[in-house]
Amino acid sequence: MLAWCPDWPVIAAATEGGFSADGPIAVVEKGLVFACSAAARTDGVRRGMRMREAQARCPDIELVPYDRSADSRLFEPVIAGVEASMAGVQLVRPGMLAIRARGPARYYGGELASAKLLVSRLAELGAPGAKVGIADGPFAAEHAARRASNVMIIAEGSSPDFLGSLPIEALGDAALSPLLRRLGVRDLATFAALPPTSVRERFGAAGAMAHTLAAGLDPRGVIARTPPRELLASVDFEPALDRIDQVAFGIKAAADALIAELMAARLACTELRVVITTEGESSERTWLHPRWFSGADAVDRVRWQLQGAGAAGSGLRSPVTRVRLEPAVVDELGNHESGLWGNGPDEGVHHGLSRVQGMLGHEGVVTAVLGGGRLLADRQVLVPWGDRPDPRLAQAAAKPWPGRLPDPQPATVFAQPTPVVVLGEEGAEIEVSERGQLIGHPVWFSPTGARADATRVTAWAGPWPVRERWWDAGAALSVNRFQVVDASGSAWLLVLEGRNWVAEGRYD
Amino acid sequence: MRELQARIRSMQSTTLDSRALDTSPTVAGLLPGGSLKTGVAYVIEGSTSLAMALMAGPSQAGAWCGVVGVPTFGTEAAKAAGIDLERLALAPYPGDQWLPVTAALADVLTVVLVRPPLPPSDGSVARLMARLRERGTTLLVLGQWPGAEARLRVRRSQWGGLGDGHGHLTSRELVVEVAGRVGTPRERMVTL
Repeated sequence: MLAWCPDWPVIAAATEGGFSADGPIAVVEKGLVFACSAAARTDGVRRGMRMREAQARCPDIELVPYDRSADSRLFEPVIAGVEASMAGVQLVRPGMLAIRARGPARYYGGELASAKLLVSRLAELGAPGAKVGIADGPFAAEHAARRASNVMIIAEGSSPDFLGSLPIEALGDAALSPLLRRLGVRDLATFAALPPTSVRERFGAAGAMAHTLAAGLDPRGVIARTPPRELLASVDFEPALDRIDQVAFGIKAAADALIAELMAARLACTELRVVITTEGESSERTWLHPRWFSGADAVDRVRWQLQGAGAAGSGLRSPVTRVRLEPAVVDELGNHESGLWGNGPDEGVHHGLSRVQGMLGHEGVVTAVLGGGRLLADRQVLVPWGDRPDPRLAQAAAKPWPGRLPDPQPATVFAQPTPVVVLGEEGAEIEVSERGQLIGHPVWFSPTGARADATRVTAWAGPWPVRERWWDAGAALSVNRFQVVDASGSAWLLVLEGRNWVAEGRYD
Repeated sequence: MRELQARIRSMQSTTLDSRALDTSPTVAGLLPGGSLKTGVAYVIEGSTSLAMALMAGPSQAGAWCGVVGVPTFGTEAAKAAGIDLERLALAPYPGDQWLPVTAALADVLTVVLVRPPLPPSDGSVARLMARLRERGTTLLVLGQWPGAEARLRVRRSQWGGLGDGHGHLTSRELVVEVAGRVGTPRERMVTL
């Protein structure tokens, strides 16, 4: 017995996105429609269609990117719910389950009754519109479910006849089906009639397997899953707590127990989702760990999430009622075993830096990554220790960026550009015309911004225009850069925006 | 063979409780003994790029470096100077915890660059130096530090490549005054 919920990716995407699955929705992957809702289907949207074409057929369609992990995650409670009424459920893929039909049929009084019960049970659990096929093997049952309006039962022993009427594309093998069609084999009956040894000789092991399936001799049984143990820690606070250290103390035992439980299951958690529910709002964040989480690390992440961007002493906006720790990514503990002599110096470095993070907060210790851009601030990106840098940064850094500074780069880069004063001969203002022409030239320079501190400029060059995103009024940038060496021999990188001079960096 | 002799000499020139770190050849001539030593502090005045050049040698040899309290540290220049950014940790805003943070980083990193926001007390310096000696860490200080192994002060700096309205900065010659623990300060020239 195989149950198939055709619109599951759409339902999962709608649940994840928090909107109704009734409207026209299409889940897209790599620019093609992966699945679409019933409303979209009536407008002519089909699986495998290009995004543009789907939008053209149904202009008010909601396009959602396909999220494989959400798809599986949201199906988990559905399986658990089905397991409550029928034992031995196998997950074929999110949206499709296989159950051995004999048990439920005997318990619920017939195959049809048990199939109808399964459909209504799935609808209750949030997977409406499911179709059920019952046949001799999972392959035949899947095709029965695909062709069913609601429930389709292939009588025992008649699966080969049912399969025989299907076109050769039902094999679902993108390489084999067109080849067989060109060879004149148009349906499964013709394919199944071929001698097995010849099929194996011509098409190899994969072809032989397809041949067995086509003949209705599906060797695969239903392998019931072992319900996984739910590994998460959740602590409710009653009354709600309004101090960070109280919350951290309250979660400590649960976090330690969670990590110990993971250890017992020989798993190491490398990504942890922390969900904090306060009175009225909830915050959720996924934390990465360069190695794997210990109990104390998990408590630290809770504390940092509560602190947010604020300092260690800042209070909470509203009292915390519940903290939930969910391991988002787990890995075999064996892959993280430390060597006999330790993992070299990096492990010690990690502990030391984590300790400093404990003192200063998550953003307190950073590593530097080079990014792409023209301004110095765009080119250097700081990533908190333990976080993964955005992979797009490396791509951006590899691009040529015409208009960037020639080497050497300034050793001092001001986080906030500091205002300076640059004046021409006899204290005249310096301007750059709309055509990029310099009016006057730098003679006096004061790094402090006070005219009294001005010294003579010994060498200078510019203006080097930087024009970015002129099409976007909010993010547009139009500045001119200058290099200036003053009388004391220190060199500066200055930026002129309109009439304001600021120092972007200093070559010191 | 010559390289080996140089290494033996650099190891002989250090005292028993300190070891020489790999030092990049551009700045090796500035330092007393010809190399960076572990467990001591060096004061650098007036140049971040000189500090970067000092860090580059150990970093290229595989050591971890740290920067405390320098939010203006130009990481692109650091990479160009030869510091491996994958083994560089920064704590840009330690606030008034800069001394404990420096001490915690000195426990695990080989070279730590720090800019003290205010002159530290002698007692805290003595405690930190004892820790540095124990861990074999080198401290580079942009600012005041009592009892430093050497004090490198930029006296003059000469830029090349930039004209009067044309060209761009290319090369730099620094005249650095080096004051060791003993003896009179001497002036050395270095090209970065």
